[in-house]
Amino acid sequence: MKITADEVRLTAELGRLALSEEETARLARELDAILGYMEKLAAVDVAGIQPMTHAVALDCPLRSDELGSQLTVEQVLSAAPVREGDLFQVPRAIAHDKEAP
Amino acid sequence: MNRYEPVIGLECHVQLQTRSKAFSGASAAFGGAPNAYTDPYTLALPGTLPVLNRVAVEYALRMALATGCTIRRLSRFARKHYFYPDLPKGYQISQYDEPLAERGKVEFVLDGEVRSVRLTRIHMEEDAGKNTHVAGAPFSLIDLNRAGVPLIEVVSEPDIRSAKEAAEYLRALRQLVRYLGICDGNMEEGSLRCDANVSIRPVGSEKFGTRTELKNMNSFKHVQQAIDYEIVRQSQLLDAGERVVQETRLWDAERGSSHTMRSKEEAHDYRYFPEPDLPPLKIAEDEIERVNALLPELPIARRRRFIDRQGLSVYDATLLTAEREIAEYYDQVVAAGADAKKAANWVGSELLRELNREAKAIGDCPISPIALAELIGLVEEAIISGKIAKDVFAKMYGTGRGAREIVDAEGLVQVTDPSAIEAVCRKVIEANPKQVEKYRGGNDKLLGFFVGQVMKETGGKANPEIVNRLLKRLLS
Repeated sequence: MKITADEVRLTAELGRLALSEEETARLARELDAILGYMEKLAAVDVAGIQPMTHAVALDCPLRSDELGSQLTVEQVLSAAPVREGDLFQVPRAIAHDKEAP
Repeated sequence: MNRYEPVIGLECHVQLQTRSKAFSGASAAFGGAPNAYTDPYTLALPGTLPVLNRVAVEYALRMALATGCTIRRLSRFARKHYFYPDLPKGYQISQYDEPLAERGKVEFVLDGEVRSVRLTRIHMEEDAGKNTHVAGAPFSLIDLNRAGVPLIEVVSEPDIRSAKEAAEYLRALRQLVRYLGICDGNMEEGSLRCDANVSIRPVGSEKFGTRTELKNMNSFKHVQQAIDYEIVRQSQLLDAGERVVQETRLWDAERGSSHTMRSKEEAHDYRYFPEPDLPPLKIAEDEIERVNALLPELPIARRRRFIDRQGLSVYDATLLTAEREIAEYYDQVVAAGADAKKAANWVGSELLRELNREAKAIGDCPISPIALAELIGLVEEAIISGKIAKDVFAKMYGTGRGAREIVDAEGLVQVTDPSAIEAVCRKVIEANPKQVEKYRGGNDKLLGFFVGQVMKETGGKANPEIVNRLLKRLLS
């Protein structure tokens, strides 16, 4: 397993993180060590075994379509560094950069 | 132009009209005050976990079954990562390689023929919040009411061959989700959204050309215009010996053109992985059977029945099946004993005209299907004339009173007694000697004048056929 500096840069860009060259080099080393450790798992033969999402087999619980408690607008915006009226104000984000769902 | 064949596939997002969000209990309503519909999960506060909305699953199943999809008995949710301020979690919960449903089809009518577009898949996901850009300002504004509203994404195969066909497919999809009661299909408010993948290839070629993805089309008209524009743009590129570049393009409705939003090189890496907070979704056989049994008669089947069994014209059948509520109203008028074709005329013209004039839904119609059937019956039995019936209809619509009640109260019963009508006819003839002379001199058109006079004398109540017959005899 070798995590390169380029992979760290790409991952940082996707996560909108600004890393210095120093941080990039350090993260490449650390991530490489982490993934190298996890690589031990690849030695286990899992052919034909259904992947599990939990140690205990669970069905996806469903809830009825009812309204639960909501936060008030003041509660919601109390965490906003900047607000305008009842809206969050964030640094300009260009729609062109976005994949709408 | 015609040397190329367009190849088009659509990806549509359908907002499911549940009360609460996909994974939490905050309201999923449209149009609330900004940030009024959130809870700790919507805001992605630490320690919150998603719990899937049962009704969202049922609505997705309705659509999957109505389009003949194969339902996965075990489907899986996945995280689709991208960083954007309207997505608090930093990922959207979606489905990736194991979607809820695959391989269906949507049928619709194009130029009088039934067309079928295959569906690749239908999967469940959640919507993002709303981001508003203020022109010129260095910031954007975020409203999270829409964040977490349940969606299904309906992905078609590239089976569509023209912009017009794409628009018809989309109309059929909208009609279907409205029939199923899972979405209001409002494209302007964004409860139904559509992206188009468009490529062209030389006619006769089997190989697909390079495709572009079109976004930001919020009406049927825009979808059709944007695709037509793209077909011309790509044709001109190929004609000039250039290449089509794979990219995402944004439609600008004001300019009537599209521009590059993102090239393939900038395409996102969503780093999908299985959603660890949600176990796989199991769909039981009896759940599929239950939802299937509750599906309404679908538009295309209903239209066929109206044509084949009720003998309606293609026009009437299409008009009456446009909305499920109208089709059901029509069915109830016929079930109450009205003649199928006459009922179609009344519902399709008089009733819809009145409702449209007031922008009223048929659910709020002041005339019940049984009341309309009674009115149609009165004409059928010659108790009132067709002309009087229209006046009675207007009174029924205005007051909510019954047809028979109005006819009796206002003495509108048609006069069919030939001797009574003959007396009026003689009176009219005597009063108009000049016209009688002209008529006898060969001016046949004057018959209409005499009919009119008799109707006026009788307050429109004389049976027009008897009036015609008697006048012809008396004037000859």
